[in-house]
Amino acid sequence: MEGSALKLLGAGVAMIGSLGAGIGLGLIFSAWITAIARNPAAEGKFRQIGFIGFAVTELVLLMCFVIAVLLMFAV
Amino acid sequence: MASLLEEFEIHDLGAPLFSIGGHSIAFTNSALFMFLAIGSSTALMVLAMRPQAVIPGRWQMLAEKMYDFIAEMVESTAGEQSKPFFPFIFTIFTFILFCNLFGMLPRSLAVTSHILINVSIALSLFAIIIITGFIKHGLHFFHLFVPAGAPKFMLPFLVVIEFFSFAVRPFSLSIRLFANMLAGHILLGVFAGMTVTLLAAGWMLKPLGILPLGINIAITGFEFFVAFLQAYIYAILSAVYLRDALEMH
Repeated sequence: MEGSALKLLGAGVAMIGSLGAGIGLGLIFSAWITAIARNPAAEGKFRQIGFIGFAVTELVLLMCFVIAVLLMFAV
Repeated sequence: MASLLEEFEIHDLGAPLFSIGGHSIAFTNSALFMFLAIGSSTALMVLAMRPQAVIPGRWQMLAEKMYDFIAEMVESTAGEQSKPFFPFIFTIFTFILFCNLFGMLPRSLAVTSHILINVSIALSLFAIIIITGFIKHGLHFFHLFVPAGAPKFMLPFLVVIEFFSFAVRPFSLSIRLFANMLAGHILLGVFAGMTVTLLAAGWMLKPLGILPLGINIAITGFEFFVAFLQAYIYAILSAVYLRDALEMH
């Protein structure tokens, strides 16, 4: 196979990691919604911790994305 | 393929001003948008607060809301002692927010989609955090790397892990912002390219071009939300990391 084709293939393979991030984000938002549904009065307190959890989990996905973009455009 | 990244290119506006060590320094479009962001955010705050009315008008309401939003967040996240650091975090928030929003204008450059800018903000934040930690706690600050109540024989591993998790923070903070802006703008470019390709195809495919266009409009709205959200997350995480230096754990 040509080098450029392998690069594109590698970019696709790198994005498989986003599977885990997707599951993790789903878990975070489901827990967030459950928490708000159980105690709607404390919604403001959950907001910050929810966003922190979201940001930390999302980083996994973004790392995969950066690797994929590097493979496609920079390498 | 490379045209997708064309909007992120930095180019000189006008002739080089001076040179440092063989590198010519010129006024770039990145600098232009940073000046625009700083100028407009300062103008918003100064002009909106000019009336200082007891019953705020629309602009004063906006400025007060922004201030309250970050002030509440910093105090609840970083604790009572964080008061002196509030202006710094508020500046980071408004700067990143305005850079992100200026990036949404057509044919403009999203300054925060370059990791250089984000890393320099994050490193200055960490310089402040480390200096504050040493001033407040002295050499006791190194206890940050030693989890309380851990068994003795585990300590060598734990200290190494804690140290790396601390050292990686400025980079994870800046990569998050940079990758988010890059991903959003590339996504807009991909769907815009799809629309153009479908319009250039045969007459049967032409009407289908409306689908990616509709998706693009939705994504544009979402990008405005992301522009705000990422500035907020950057500010929250700055406050969280600041708490480590102020209160240890």
